[in-house]
Amino acid sequence: MTPETLARLQAARAAKRPIVRATRLPDGTERLLPDPDADPALNAAARAALRADAAETVEIGGERWFLQVFNPPPRLAVVGAVHIAQALAPMAAGLGFGVTVIDPRGAFATTERFPGVTITTAWPDEAMDAFAPDSRSAVVTLTHDPKLDDPALDAALRSEAFYIGALGSRKTHAARLKRLRELGHDEATLARIHGPVGLDIEAVTAPEIALAILAEIVAVRRGAAMGRKAAA
Amino acid sequence: MNTQNETFEAEDVLSLAAAWKAAGEDVALATVTETWGSSPRPAGSQMAVSLSGRMAGSVSGGCIEGAVAEAARKTIATGAPQLLDFGVTHERAWEVGLACGGKVKVFVEKLG
Repeated sequence: MTPETLARLQAARAAKRPIVRATRLPDGTERLLPDPDADPALNAAARAALRADAAETVEIGGERWFLQVFNPPPRLAVVGAVHIAQALAPMAAGLGFGVTVIDPRGAFATTERFPGVTITTAWPDEAMDAFAPDSRSAVVTLTHDPKLDDPALDAALRSEAFYIGALGSRKTHAARLKRLRELGHDEATLARIHGPVGLDIEAVTAPEIALAILAEIVAVRRGAAMGRKAAA
Repeated sequence: MNTQNETFEAEDVLSLAAAWKAAGEDVALATVTETWGSSPRPAGSQMAVSLSGRMAGSVSGGCIEGAVAEAARKTIATGAPQLLDFGVTHERAWEVGLACGGKVKVFVEKLG
């Protein structure tokens, strides 16, 4: 890899721009894709690899090209800078998620409690507008406070977020669904919310609950059967 | 109020390799390009090797990393990339292979 390719690749990644590095095998000739000057078939293969989020070797015009995919990291919005969030944020970062902690209560949302993660003290509706969840985003609400959780869930349900989870008992969750129904969400949409949140591993402590939540997020992301449990 | 995460992302072997390179080390990058059967790491998995002996990431469950590191040192010396094949097809048991029965191709190149 030339220094120039490395610099361009790292710049694209820093800017969160999806990019593919194509390497011709076995001689190592390289291209960064998509590129208007590249073979259209190579560009099409690069776009397909980005969509599939998986590296692969393709054969185009009698040449073998290895396509290395660099999508921006998946993201996790955590609403509520609470004790469970303190366990969840570093574990999620370790799994490769870009973590944003949202809590307008400045006493909770401090860099001392959340070193190295993005913290926003805006109200959840504004904070979620800024976070702009997409199909590579997960949203988890942890406050138990409808004033904070509901606007975030409302925004998440209007997005393509691949995972939405809400902490709370079955009773709390039923009341939550009733409020969200009144905001105009239909049953199919509400079924996207995983509540009670997390895989059922009888988690007790904050790190255990964080583990249950992240295990469920991974299961949903990777299409595992246990990620498809019926919501509520 | 916003604070940005400055740490490396999980498994960001390329950024680690770039940092070693920027610090003046000679570095090679090994990447799984194709897999067959029950190979432990998917295509795209990377391992960085420096001439000084640093290693990061993985291209298997630990079965072939030693052989890949050796090939990496050769690529650092010559500058020429290599496309390596590993599998269970080796006839002699002491050759490096994958106990899991899988096969992988690994591309080794010099960084910078």
